[in-house]
Amino acid sequence: MNIENQNIAIKAENITKVFGDFTAVDHISFEVKKGEIFGFLGANGAGKTTAMRMFSGLSIPSSGTATVAGFDVYKETEKIKKNIGYMSQKFSLYNNLTVKENLNFFGGIYGIPRKNLKIKRDDLLKKLGLEEEKNKLVSQLPLGWKQKLAFSVAIFHEPEIVFLDEPTGGVDPVTRRQFWNMIYEASDRGITIFVTTHYMDEAEYCDRVSIMVDGKIAALDTPTNLKKHYNAQNMDDVFYELARGAKRSE
Amino acid sequence: MTSVVKKLFSKNKKMKSIIVQNLTKTYGKKEEKVLAVDHVSFEVNQGEIFGLIGPDGAGKTSIFRMLTTVLLPDSGSASIEDLDMVKDYKKIRKILGYMPGRFSLYQDLTIEENLEFFASVFNTTVAENYDLIKDIYIQIEPFKDRRAEKLSGGMKQKLALCCALIHKPKVLFLDEPTTGVDPVSRKEFWEMLQRLKKQGITMVVATPYMDEAALCDRIALMQEGKILSIDTPENISNSYPDFLFEVKAGKTSKVLRALENFEQKKNVYAYGEYVHLTIDKNENFSELKVVEYLEKEGFENVEINPIKASIEDSFIRLLSH
Repeated sequence: MNIENQNIAIKAENITKVFGDFTAVDHISFEVKKGEIFGFLGANGAGKTTAMRMFSGLSIPSSGTATVAGFDVYKETEKIKKNIGYMSQKFSLYNNLTVKENLNFFGGIYGIPRKNLKIKRDDLLKKLGLEEEKNKLVSQLPLGWKQKLAFSVAIFHEPEIVFLDEPTGGVDPVTRRQFWNMIYEASDRGITIFVTTHYMDEAEYCDRVSIMVDGKIAALDTPTNLKKHYNAQNMDDVFYELARGAKRSE
Repeated sequence: MTSVVKKLFSKNKKMKSIIVQNLTKTYGKKEEKVLAVDHVSFEVNQGEIFGLIGPDGAGKTSIFRMLTTVLLPDSGSASIEDLDMVKDYKKIRKILGYMPGRFSLYQDLTIEENLEFFASVFNTTVAENYDLIKDIYIQIEPFKDRRAEKLSGGMKQKLALCCALIHKPKVLFLDEPTTGVDPVSRKEFWEMLQRLKKQGITMVVATPYMDEAALCDRIALMQEGKILSIDTPENISNSYPDFLFEVKAGKTSKVLRALENFEQKKNVYAYGEYVHLTIDKNENFSELKVVEYLEKEGFENVEINPIKASIEDSFIRLLSH
């Protein structure tokens, strides 16, 4: 890895994924800097999930090149998986395990030594104010708590990058903001955040935002520059301007 | 009672499509008992769009399941078009349409087959009520031989709406029809609902998106099984009791942290590109104080404007109590 690349968490050049005669992701290129909060937006069916799967080592691209945390998306998928965290609204924690059991389980999977695990686990429970709930089943926690715990679990092994797939869907506006405070803290510690959301106010909280339309990246810049460029009041208008011309949906 | 008063009274009564009184529902046994719906009361006028606004777990789906007669309440009562939710459930089922949150169509039937199936269940035909769904159906008609499982999210949503409408219901229940849907499709969906409203259908819509609240005629803000406030979106915004300002002075997270320690602050939170700051109306406050404070903290180009509260601002205030 050369010096120039040391500050780059994700580097993608012409990454493409074809399913039969359908090009789900069409030559996308971008760089994400270390510690950056990168918003990955797009309409349903624009190709976000397919792209995310390639960057998290779950799917091999059809063409193009990319590295994630310095590892190649074709040859080093296992190393990628060890160096990233992942959280989505649909899957994050095991509902039928307790809070403590979930932490032990995910810590174990990511190879955190048992001694460190206990210390880290207790620190986290204290920080989240979940000490009294540690023996409760995750299914008994309110959604807001679950999401905060799920995020903590996703970064429990101090990954270089964490992928968040619509992490705040259905969460109340106060909890949504608390969740973003946790994202800021993680980013301050140097963890790179790659996040998708349908809440356009959250796009404003990102350092830079890309907007995918029909498999391509239609725009990529800071929220301020995007608004300026599209002469828009807010990110909602920017998104609407770009995505309303989309030809395909999910 | 004079006949005129009587007439007015009955007319007034007729205007209510849904009347809900003290509806309560608990789940689970003794220690794990969860109060999902806690003495909820509200009324929905005929032909209006009524929004149940709240996060997951607020009790929206439980209310929907009771009103659509698939779940019995612990206590309380409700009527739909003067029919009792418990006694007249068979009649109610004929006049209501229900679009549940989870995709509810038959995956291995085509678009056309699903629609015909739902029509036949209600002893009607697609042709009979085609006018009602025409606007929506023509958008998916080119794919009418495609199986439901092969449809995109937006197409599934449109088909589900057609199926819920095909028996020409008087009342339509939509449980989070736009959750997980992108902003453009959300806008289109609400345009469809506005067109249905013109046909006189009463609608109850549940949504976690605060911006959709503004598109309803009246809304109930919900949290943990309770209704916190019911009114028109306009009145809810206008009755915001504190001073509210938007502040911008560089990086949001830094401005937030600084304003946390501002003496007269009541609440402060991120709001898109701005930070929203609330101040109690009893405070002797001027915007200049914020500017001076932030400049002293090292911020430049401080921008502060008084603004009208959005539904999200009102909701945050209610949750912070």
